[in-house]
Parts: sequence; C-alpha cells; structure tokens
Amino acid sequence: MSVLRPLDKLPGLNTATVLLVGADDALLQRLADSMLKTDCASELRVHLARSLPLPSNVNRPRVDLLVFVINLHSKYSLQSVEKSLHHVDASFFLGKACFLATGAGRENLCSVHRNTIVRLARTYRSPVLFCDLEVEGSRAAMAQRLARMLQISAGHVPGVSAMSLLSLLRSSESPSLEDL
Amino acid sequence: MDETIAEFIRRTILKIPMSEMMTVLEAWNFLSESQLQTLNLRQRKDSLAQSVVLLCEEKCASLSDAALLDIVCTQVHRHQKIWDVYQMSKGPGEDLDLFDIEQFKSSFKKILQRALRNVTVSFRDAEENAVWIRIAWGTQYTKPNQYKPTYVVYYSHTPYAFTSSSRLKSNIPLLGQALTVASKHHQIVKMDLRSRYLDSLKAIVFKQYNQNFEIHNPTAPLQERSVGLDINTDSRIIHENAVEKDKVQRITQETFGDYPQPRLEFAQYKFWKAAMLTTTPQTPTQSLQFHNRFLETKFKSDLNGGILADREEPLRCLIKFSSPHLLEALKSLAPAGIADAPLSPLLTCIPSRGMNYFKIRDK
Repeated sequence: MSVLRPLDKLPGLNTATVLLVGADDALLQRLADSMLKTDCASELRVHLARSLPLPSNVNRPRVDLLVFVINLHSKYSLQSVEKSLHHVDASFFLGKACFLATGAGRENLCSVHRNTIVRLARTYRSPVLFCDLEVEGSRAAMAQRLARMLQISAGHVPGVSAMSLLSLLRSSESPSLEDL
Repeated sequence: MDETIAEFIRRTILKIPMSEMMTVLEAWNFLSESQLQTLNLRQRKDSLAQSVVLLCEEKCASLSDAALLDIVCTQVHRHQKIWDVYQMSKGPGEDLDLFDIEQFKSSFKKILQRALRNVTVSFRDAEENAVWIRIAWGTQYTKPNQYKPTYVVYYSHTPYAFTSSSRLKSNIPLLGQALTVASKHHQIVKMDLRSRYLDSLKAIVFKQYNQNFEIHNPTAPLQERSVGLDINTDSRIIHENAVEKDKVQRITQETFGDYPQPRLEFAQYKFWKAAMLTTTPQTPTQSLQFHNRFLETKFKSDLNGGILADREEPLRCLIKFSSPHLLEALKSLAPAGIADAPLSPLLTCIPSRGMNYFKIRDK
C-alpha cells in the first residue's frame, strides 16, 4: 500500500489521466462518461476509485489530476475522502488535485456543510468546485471544466502550468481569516 | 332497500377509480352480467354511482351485500391501508385440531355480537385459504359505523392474522379475543411489524421472501441506479477497486440474497440510552452509528462529557428510516457506496426476525 505520487512515471504520448476518488460509484461513473464525451484534443483516461490507497499490483499510467468527489448528502463520503487523503503525496497539491462537492443544488438534503468542504480544501491548498452531478447540465459543464484542468495539469496546454492555474484559482477567492 | 345502504353503496362506488370499476363490480358478483352491461362507463362517476344504486335497489341489496362490495374494494386497494400483524399461539399440550372455516366464521361473529350487540361482520373467502373479514363497529347503544371498519385477513391453518390499523383502539382487545377463540388458539400477540404491503408482510411471516413473489407496483427504477454501474463498456474508464467492489457485492448478496426484497416502507428504532453514559466518563467512546443517505446518529461520551454530561434522566432517541421500498434501499446502500458492508445487523435482521419496530435498551 503505497503513497500516490504525481511525477514518478513518464507521461504517455498525448494521454492525460484523471483519477476520480469518491464513495459513490454511480456518480463517478456518470461523471467519467460525461468527461469522455467532451471535445478534447488529448486522449483522456479516467480511473475510478472508491478510496485510496490503490491496489499496488496493477500497472497504471501517470496520474495527472486527482479529483476527490464528496457528496454533500452523505457524511460517509466525506469521511472516506478524508481517509484517502492520507495516502497522497504532498506534491499533488501543487495544482494536480482538486475537490469536487456534489449535491450543492439541493441544500435541504445536505448533511455536510459547505464550509466544511471549503475548510478542507483550504487545508490542502487546493481548489474546491461545487456542482450537482445528478443534474445533466451541471454534470456536463463540470466534465468540461475538469477536462480542461486535466489538460493543463498534464502539460498539454502551452504556456499554462498546473501551478499557475492553481494560483489563478486561489486568487479569485477571498482570503480566509486564517490566511490573513 | 334502506336509504343508508344506498348511500353506503354510492360512497363506495365513488371511491373506486373508473379504470377498475368493471373488475370490482364483476368481482363483487352481485349484479348479473346483463345488468352490468346496461351500465354506461362513459358517464360521470356520480351518475354511474346513481345507476348502480338503482340496480341494487331492484335486486334489494342488503347491508351484507354492500359490505361485500366494500371488501372487494379494499382487496383491490389493500396497499392504501397500513397492516398490523398478529401472531397467535397454542397453549402447551394443545394439539392441532380440526379447523373448520364455517365454524370459525360463526364463532367469530358470535363473540363480537355478544359483546357489542351492534356490529356488522362480513366475510369473503380469498385465495390461499385466506378469509377477509370486515367489521363495522358499533356499541350497545349505537348503530355500527359503516365508514370506519376494520379489516382482518386471516390465513386459516396458520397462526397469523393481519389487521388494518384503525383508530378505534378500544376494540382491538375484543378483536384479538374473537380471533384467538374462533381459531382455537390460546394467546395473541401483536408483532412489531407493519407495512402497507400485505403481500410482503405475508411473505415475511411465512418466510416466503426468498422466493420470487409478486409485489404491488414493482419498483424497477429504484434498482436501476445500483445495478446500472456494472455496465462499463468504455475501455478508457478503469475501475481501480474492482476487487473491493466484488467483495461488497458478494457480502450484500449473502445478507440480502438474490431475490427481490419484501416491501416495507419504514423501520423504527427506539433507544433508551441510560444515564450510565454520564456516570462513567472513563469509557473512551461509546458510539452507535447508523448510516443512511439522510441520517447518521452518534452517541459519544468522552472525557469532557459534552452537553450530555449534566443530564440526569435517560437519553431517549427515536430513529426512523423510511423509503418507498426500505429493504431494497438498504440492500443498495453498500453497493452504491453510501455505507460500509456489511451493514449493521439491526438493519439486516428485519425480514428474518419479522420486525420493523425495535426497542433497544442498554444491557
């Protein structure tokens, strides 16, 4: 059971690999389908995992982007992501990881507060995206956005690096009290 | 024909949806084929009800005929009632003796009539040795109220009876007594099992739930979500935890089996957590967890004690699970990644113990 590292392998030619980690398989599967449907110049590979660490007996390509999917309707999914975070190398959080909180549209069903996720993301210095994957439109938009982020973090977009994207995303947020 | 009977028939007819009108009237078997053919099903419902009443007047329908129509109507719409289950038992040394359904009916009726004088009891035989009983309650001094009856379904040769929940709680002991005596049992206990779905309750108490049985309104859409994930055609999507997923599937199948679950729509857990939580702060963590899409409850007592530390009285807590199809929902919790497999035995023991109302106390 090893720690997942971002740059321990050589990249494949024109391929970009994303790893979606989340407890709710069905949602991940649908997000993966939507991502593959997006119009994208790179060849996308989507790996789905319930939790980390990943089984070590498999040969897998380099992971370019790590997405933690948290369902706001289930505390269990938050706990499972929190546990998985222990198995990730710190250098992933230099722009190659992000949090995705789904179910944000229906607040009455939420059992995890949005602030909890925002705080978690801030602890890991990573962007957090809110969406509702159950809704077709929201899922397609999110898939497109993730595909774009993935291309950048795989280095397929000239002139933009994962780090610069991260700093761009961070600057759009207002600084938190802890940061000041 | 009495005015009240006409009104009773009229109101019963109005309750039946137009699409089922013919089936119900045919099953009632009171109006003849030719009479039924004179009915115009294209008219408005109240004029249809009026013409049915007229036909009944021609045939001089009695109260028991009207009650039979009500039973048929309830049989068709049985899932609109909430059903309780009663279990009867014989005393020691009492052996199986011959059971006669006619004798059961007459003694059942006699017991109720002796106690209340004013009571309407009607019977209708149904499939699988079942008899449907309708009881309209009255008192010594008032006429039976035909609009708030209790329905009982008794399966002859078995110790089980199902009754529709009624608001007239005072008559329940009498009903229990009539059932026990008439079916030659010794004791009757209300089981902690309730549902709208009579067939599912039957499947649970008769342990038939591991066979394929018909359920009202089959719920295909509920299952699709959990089953749908196995279809993975795109080679660009790789499941990393395939082994783990198979394990979860296997455990789920071991606990719930491969068959469709009996249909229940709620389960309830009542906890009495005693004050010991606060008196022994040395216990590091006592936690009791339930995972559900909507609900997670935790009792914790740590060294600080928290807000519960000053409580003198025991802590009571009620957890209700509800779903259009509870057991299928529980079955899909782990495969959908909402809870860990295996689930708590409290959740999985519902069909095997025949219970969906639990009372849990500290040991």
